[in-house]
Amino acid sequence: MRKPKLAVWKFASCDGCQLSLLDCEDELLALAGEVEIAYFLEASRATVKGPYDLSLVEGSVTTPHDAERIQKVRRASKKLITIGACATAGGIQALRNFADVNDFLSVVYATPEYVSTLETSTPISAHVAVDFELRGCPINKAQLLEVITAFLHGRKPGIPSTSVCTECKRRGTVCITVAHGTPCLGPVTHAGCGAICPAYNRGCYGCFGPMETPNTASLTKRLRVLGMDDRGVERVFRTFNVTDFEEVRSR
Amino acid sequence: MSPARRRTINTDYLARVEGEGGMTVKIQEGRVADVKLRIYEPPRFFEAFLRGRAFTEAPDITARICGICPVAYQMSSVRAMERICGVEVGGQLRALRRLLYCGEWIESHALHVFMLHAPDFLGYESAVHMARDHPELVAKALELKKTGNEVMTVVGGREVHPVNVRVGGWYRAPRKRELAPLVEKLERAREIALEAVAVTAGLDFPDFDHDYELVCLSEPDEYPIDRGRIVSNRGLDIDVSEYDEHFVEEHVAWSNALHSRVRERGSYLCGPLARFALGYDRLSPLAREAADGAGLSPDERNPFRSIVVRSVELVYAADEALRLIAEYEEPEAPAVDCEPRAGVGHGCTEAPRGILWHRYEIDDEGTIVDARIIPPTSQNQRTIEEDLRGVVERSLDVPDEELTLLCEQAIRNYDPCISCATHFLTLEVERC
Repeated sequence: MRKPKLAVWKFASCDGCQLSLLDCEDELLALAGEVEIAYFLEASRATVKGPYDLSLVEGSVTTPHDAERIQKVRRASKKLITIGACATAGGIQALRNFADVNDFLSVVYATPEYVSTLETSTPISAHVAVDFELRGCPINKAQLLEVITAFLHGRKPGIPSTSVCTECKRRGTVCITVAHGTPCLGPVTHAGCGAICPAYNRGCYGCFGPMETPNTASLTKRLRVLGMDDRGVERVFRTFNVTDFEEVRSR
Repeated sequence: MSPARRRTINTDYLARVEGEGGMTVKIQEGRVADVKLRIYEPPRFFEAFLRGRAFTEAPDITARICGICPVAYQMSSVRAMERICGVEVGGQLRALRRLLYCGEWIESHALHVFMLHAPDFLGYESAVHMARDHPELVAKALELKKTGNEVMTVVGGREVHPVNVRVGGWYRAPRKRELAPLVEKLERAREIALEAVAVTAGLDFPDFDHDYELVCLSEPDEYPIDRGRIVSNRGLDIDVSEYDEHFVEEHVAWSNALHSRVRERGSYLCGPLARFALGYDRLSPLAREAADGAGLSPDERNPFRSIVVRSVELVYAADEALRLIAEYEEPEAPAVDCEPRAGVGHGCTEAPRGILWHRYEIDDEGTIVDARIIPPTSQNQRTIEEDLRGVVERSLDVPDEELTLLCEQAIRNYDPCISCATHFLTLEVERC
């Protein structure tokens, strides 16, 4: 039987989510035995033409060229999964959506006319149909393996859409907001990381974006009571998943 | 093939590097007419949106520039902010930072040596292809890489974009018992790294060298990782705050990464070859012995042999991590208080691929007014182009396909991180 063809595509991103695939040290060679890694430039010079059975897309769309390229990727892919906050929500580079990109350009580059960029950073779903979105900045590699396995077997991935709070409970971490008064985005943030921050005495800072039904208004009041000022609240929601959190907060 | 012909050696999408870039080399009348390392990775404007953020956010935000070396970004940014606040983070808090950094060096170097660079030398398209003939080698490489990641996970919370680093120290200092299980794994990693030195030293290296200006950090009593003065083999010896007086960045049309040079002299090289040449005497005895055994000396200037130097640094990083764990005492507090005050601060640390320099200006409330970041790959860009020119000039009779591979290999000598530099890579060899 022919092995399914896997492709990994990069758009505007830090490479951390594709690296998560290479970080599956115990499973990488087994995976390479199950699928044909047909296109994965970060790992291999060898490229195999499409169509691909499964495409993993990292990064957001920020240039006219990439807006065209994602259409070609979609046409060449039977199933397309976005991996990480950039591909799923536009990433931290979507902060430009709330500012004038020309101001941004001149801050970084002496000769802005050399640079081709769009005014916005947009998630892949703003351009093409997406079969599944895996959240996280970065993604959790166990979840990545689950999603790949599920798609290869034609079943639904077991990725819970509850909040980080449920993961603290499962991990046995005492609530740092209740016990220490530490501001934490856990109640509104999508599960997936395994509730790392509270286990390190730190409030969740929202790497996985909003959960399915977040009550950000209520949490905002609580953050204020815990001593966060208006600017602090604005900042904490405006990071790697800025577009998703802003959308939720404007409801 | 007629040497008078025009040839173009070209790679549109350079593989086995971090990020998006390409290369073009134009050859005319048997001479190299033009070399361009093209960096078309889309820019993400970090320096712009850091403006208006809290000084405490810099380590979390700048980590997102690069998934391969997030610790480097966190370390350079916290150093800069602490300098503004007039705080020096020392003792075990600093030791933990060095330990986290050792984890990143091991993870990043293991990835590059075995999965990105070794396939060039052994004639494979990837580590997965290489694994069919060398399963044991690839399995050991993955084990080594995994140990680096585990150090980062224990100390930093996770391997990509660690959560535990803050201005002033840590959110929580790890318990001794959390570090203890790393010892056996690091001892094993050190053994694998020693084997890596022997294996890489036995590879065939193209005959090429160049009298580079080598730039790295330097501290009196230790191999440079997390702090130090900026020094070179041409007499440069400056505080990190004096960087702008001696280095300049330029914007060229073919690259979304800015090119750096030493004001007085021109291109320079940072990264493992520089650290090894200038810090050889401060390696651990075991790492130095491994280097001697591999025939490496501080006079090594063949960039293709950087794969051996990286392997020596793998030995060092495992050795150093073991030392830090053995000497670790749990600190009384996980962080030092850092009260913001208006000012300018600089931080520079040794990312796996070379020095990473940050400069911030903040106001008295701790809001970032201005940010500048100069990653190692943009500093190495000119040197990479010069190497390509040199390599092609010595290999004009080599057929296009082979020459393209040689050029790609020459670029990978630098472990370029294009996500970092874009602020940054496609390879074409064009023979006109």
